[in-house]
Amino acid sequence: MSLTTADVQKVARLARLAMNETEIEAARSQLSGIFDLIAEMQAVDTRGIAPMSHAQDVAQRLREDKVTEANQREAFQAIAPQVEAGLYLVPQVIE
Amino acid sequence: MTWEIVIGLEVHTQLSTNTKIFSGASTTYGAEPNTQADAVSIALPGVLPVLNKGAVERAIKFGLAVGAHIAPRSVFARKNYFYPDLPKGYQISQFDLPVVGLGALTIQVEPFSGNAKPYEKTVRITRAHLEEDAGKSMHGDFHGMTGIDLNRAGTPLLEIVSEPDMCSAAEAVAYAKALHSLVRWIGICDGNMQEGSFRCDVNVSVRRPGEPLGTRREIKNLNSFKFMQQAIDYEVQWQIDTIENGGKIQQATVLFNPDTGETRAMRSKEDAHDYRYFPDPDLLPLEITAAMLEQARASLPELPHVKRARYANEFGLSAYDTNILTSSLEMAGLFDSCVSAVGQSNAKLCANWLTGEVSAQLNRDGLDMAQCPISAQQLGGMLQRIADNTISNSGAKEVFRTMWAEGGDADAIIEAKGLKQVSDSGAIEALVDEIIAANADKVAEYRSGKDKLFGFFVGLAMKASKGKANPAQLNDILKKKLAG
Repeated sequence: MSLTTADVQKVARLARLAMNETEIEAARSQLSGIFDLIAEMQAVDTRGIAPMSHAQDVAQRLREDKVTEANQREAFQAIAPQVEAGLYLVPQVIE
Repeated sequence: MTWEIVIGLEVHTQLSTNTKIFSGASTTYGAEPNTQADAVSIALPGVLPVLNKGAVERAIKFGLAVGAHIAPRSVFARKNYFYPDLPKGYQISQFDLPVVGLGALTIQVEPFSGNAKPYEKTVRITRAHLEEDAGKSMHGDFHGMTGIDLNRAGTPLLEIVSEPDMCSAAEAVAYAKALHSLVRWIGICDGNMQEGSFRCDVNVSVRRPGEPLGTRREIKNLNSFKFMQQAIDYEVQWQIDTIENGGKIQQATVLFNPDTGETRAMRSKEDAHDYRYFPDPDLLPLEITAAMLEQARASLPELPHVKRARYANEFGLSAYDTNILTSSLEMAGLFDSCVSAVGQSNAKLCANWLTGEVSAQLNRDGLDMAQCPISAQQLGGMLQRIADNTISNSGAKEVFRTMWAEGGDADAIIEAKGLKQVSDSGAIEALVDEIIAANADKVAEYRSGKDKLFGFFVGLAMKASKGKANPAQLNDILKKKLAG
């Protein structure tokens, strides 16, 4: 399967990746290769095989509903670019 | 031209766990910003989610309460989008394999207008899935920047999705109210709408009868039933006007402005709905065992609809009574204690007091049933004294008012205020004899056919007894004596 340049541009935008034309072309070729591999796998006859949602056939372990985490705001905010009044500051988001 | 309205709801209920869905950070409301945002909540590199058992248990309880299929195996997925209050760049949710499958909720609809009678309707619940909440963005005064509080990030939510089974604002509100009452009843959500514990998104479309579904618009984040009704009414009219004027409805997300009463489309983002869901590799499938199901089932209280049916069958109560009595677990609990105090034969008396005086007084004081200042024991004690004729209904009202304001038990109040009614027939007869002797002219008038004077005699006798004469007994004795 061959992806178009527009496909790659769309995926890049969704992932917030800025890519120039050379990078897009390289990614297009690599991603197309991945899709070829998927196409190959999809050609395998899987009738009668139950689908898996995880590579390991085990179930999720559950945690007791008890508070285990202390307040570490100071430590976390020491490495944040900008904080004020306990809040993390980010470039303004306008809806 | 008539129009059909089609409404479906998505409700986000915040689960009442102590900790977040994927980490052991506290979920207490109102903490200082970011003091409950641990390494998982702020998505530091290398952290891994570990699922909270309490959130799973609550989801199972909900599924059982709406008679839904509980998936023995469900899967968490990543919903990808970028927003600063979502530090991972994806929300962990469930997509094609949710924990709760198809169920149903029966609702009592009170039409808003006209003389339409209340009716019952069953709304299908498509699914309910577990997911994490995002943080909060503050667009205040931060030198042109936005402040982010991640305390709420990772709070467990159960998103409950209905089928588009509702066809009026009244039905949508009735469904939301029934759901709100149910999640509190089974103890999975505190239902606090101001704090955002119960948030409703309403999908609305209109069509001409017999035609396929129209394009829907989604009203986001309604946190009051009143706003829900206003928003739906406005939105429906807007859609009808738009189509009748030759326009087309574009699928959109809209916000309701309570100040103007209008709905308005949010700026649509080109890629807003391209979430690229995929199973989260950090989380294994959630397996729900028969033992977990059994445990959840055993912890559920008698459900509202079961209670309603029982009250109707055992006590012969009306639908009006049973609905009010099952409006909250606290109300039903109070009713049950009162009935066990005064006996099943007086169930109607208990119902009358709870749906009448108690509800009215709570309303007046703006209180929830949970904040009711009168205990089941106090109320039961008073009802007992009505049932055994110690006090009249008007005496009981005084006992009730005193209890509400000052506390105390019924017997002490009756004693202190001298409210015990006179049920000694000898004493009442003596009193009546005196009145008849002192009012010979009126007695003669009564006997010559002026029946209306009966009330005059009752008034005199009540006054003479200082309101304490047993009214039924007094009536009997007066009638007999006046007949001569």
